[in-house]
Amino acid sequence: MSARLMQGNEAIAEGALKAGVRFFGGYPITPSTEIAESLAKMLPKVGGTFVQMEDEIASMGVILGASLAGKKVLTASSGPGISLKQELIGYAAAAEIPAVIVNVQRVGPSTGQPTAPSQGDVMQARWGTHGDHSIIVLSPWSVKEAFEIAVKAVNYAERFRTPVILLTDEIVGHLRENVELPTDIEVYPRRKPKISRAEGYQPFTPDQDLVPNVANFGEGYRIHVTGLIHDDTGFPSGSPKITREQIKRMHDKISRAEDEIIEVHQEFMDDAEFAVISFGGTARTAYEAVLNARKRGIKVGFVRLITIFPFADKIIRQISKNLRGILVAELNFGQIVYEVERAAQCPVKLCAKYDMTIFEPEEIEKSIDELILEVK
Amino acid sequence: MKSEFTLKLDRCKGCGICVSFCPKQVLALDTLGKVYVANHENCIACGQCELRCPDYAIFMDKVKKEAAK
Amino acid sequence: MRSYENFFRQNRLPHLWCPGCGNGIVMKAIVQAIEKNPDFNQDNTVIVSGIGCSSRASGYMDFDTLHTAHGRAIPFATGVKLANPALNVIVITGDGDCTAIGGNHFIHGCRRNVDLTVVLFNNNIYGMTGGQASPMTPLGKKATTAPYGSVDRPFDACKLAEAAGATYVARSTAFHVQHLIKTIEDGLNNRGFSFIEALVQCPTAYGRRNKMGDPAKMMAWMRDNAVMKNSWDKLPDDKKIGDKFPIGLFFKAESESYDESYKKVQEIAGGAAK
Repeated sequence: MSARLMQGNEAIAEGALKAGVRFFGGYPITPSTEIAESLAKMLPKVGGTFVQMEDEIASMGVILGASLAGKKVLTASSGPGISLKQELIGYAAAAEIPAVIVNVQRVGPSTGQPTAPSQGDVMQARWGTHGDHSIIVLSPWSVKEAFEIAVKAVNYAERFRTPVILLTDEIVGHLRENVELPTDIEVYPRRKPKISRAEGYQPFTPDQDLVPNVANFGEGYRIHVTGLIHDDTGFPSGSPKITREQIKRMHDKISRAEDEIIEVHQEFMDDAEFAVISFGGTARTAYEAVLNARKRGIKVGFVRLITIFPFADKIIRQISKNLRGILVAELNFGQIVYEVERAAQCPVKLCAKYDMTIFEPEEIEKSIDELILEVK
Repeated sequence: MKSEFTLKLDRCKGCGICVSFCPKQVLALDTLGKVYVANHENCIACGQCELRCPDYAIFMDKVKKEAAK
Repeated sequence: MRSYENFFRQNRLPHLWCPGCGNGIVMKAIVQAIEKNPDFNQDNTVIVSGIGCSSRASGYMDFDTLHTAHGRAIPFATGVKLANPALNVIVITGDGDCTAIGGNHFIHGCRRNVDLTVVLFNNNIYGMTGGQASPMTPLGKKATTAPYGSVDRPFDACKLAEAAGATYVARSTAFHVQHLIKTIEDGLNNRGFSFIEALVQCPTAYGRRNKMGDPAKMMAWMRDNAVMKNSWDKLPDDKKIGDKFPIGLFFKAESESYDESYKKVQEIAGGAAK
């Protein structure tokens, strides 16, 4: 494939398609709409289905139904739309239905500032539904990486039978870059039952990796799927023991694979006394700020969270042992900084911005300088 | 007898629908609230009981004339 | 064992519904209608339900079954159908599930004419939560949230379905068993969005509070007040009074279902064979 000029949102659509997504349900909202528009065009070309639903709740419902019927699925939204999706993100977690939800973040709360960039939905991505649940949240910083992460998100959704949030922002979503998309892509296939009904198949019996091999509808397994806490049979259970075990297993299936899932991009860390931690579109500015600071002789490293959740506790703890201070740059009032503070063994400072505009490198550089003064 | 009853009493909740809709007062509820066949000889095998039972607890089969003799 | 009982998960019975609840009658009517249709079998039919008393039916039916979230059965069912149009999809819902929290999904399901058969178990009340007023609680009837009688004007779900674009719209009751089975059977045969309102008695949360008597009396009320559509149409307005209400087929239209329409999109785009 030759290089072409492409937008982040289009790259997500391309990546999803390459990973095998064949069903999209959505509702228009800026700045995520191009994902729907791209897939409206592309999906029917490959025998897939695009459907525009009446709202974001229905968009979640329709993809979860399609996923159970055997298709790889994706939906995309922003701000208020993601808030509406929360109900059924929990359903996907509870019923273990593979699904990818793209959030192209804009300024909130509520209608906020459409459609200025923000990273204010970080904690919503982690906790945005009622009840204890685990989730995977990934965030790209470039158009090419948006493609790669879309593939990864679909693969994780299928492998762990979980909702995966592709948490991007208006910066990356509307960024245009000349990219050459990789053609050699690893795709995780839909999990299949390993035994027949006659052999005692139960849809929610966990495999060795703690993930159940749930049959698709229409394959003769006659399974029952519910959002109620259920046992291996799929039927509701009122047992405290089952409730405890199921909630724990749904966390464990992801946490035991953390080392594989968690990806952190680090540069200039060998001699670093300080580090800037950032993610998504903000990391592009942070990178430049780090380069500028190093030109001035400051030993500052660059750390970018590609996997936002599960959070990179171990990595942050490890690197912080050799640091005098960490600066967290994020386009919000302060969210991921609390995760960093929890893990880090050194002082942590927040560089926050929440005024519709993206960071200038100088703003982050200034914060680096302040951090150095504060820890002296 | 014109009919033969099969009762699945673990399913019977004693709602009384079969008793009320029986045109010949064949059925009744016992002290524990479960259905029983009180006047089998009056049964005309109309099948209202089975038709209306919401719990699939009562089944009525018509008995062929020869067998009934 | 009756042949229709093969369509139940015998190990899940008895069901959880209250003594005298009409839901069991309608659930049986659904499987009897399925049994009559050679195109429907246990491996190509999916039962999708929402939340509430009626929606517990899916757990008792031996098919692929999907007990979704409150109000969301129709979007999930739409996804199942569009992802695999070879599947037959039946939705079981209640008056609160379908016309309150799921109201928007309901009208848009009708509008798209997705090939679903939706059976609304109308018990006029929120039963699972203990008897709160629903959008289909009749005027003046009491509920825990309408202790002085409901002043909210109720929906006529059949009129709503017809106006929104459903291609098969009918009503029956838990009393009119044979009619109910036939009504559902015809709905299953319609290639498009079929809507059947099945009136059911809720003696526990609705009947008792409104002094409607025991379950059999509530069913006798259905018998005495339901008027077949043909007769209803001939009734002068001054006779359409009191509790009288029409049952039967209200609307039927030939119209391409959504999955057939989308197949054409795939053909135009060149992906039909893929």
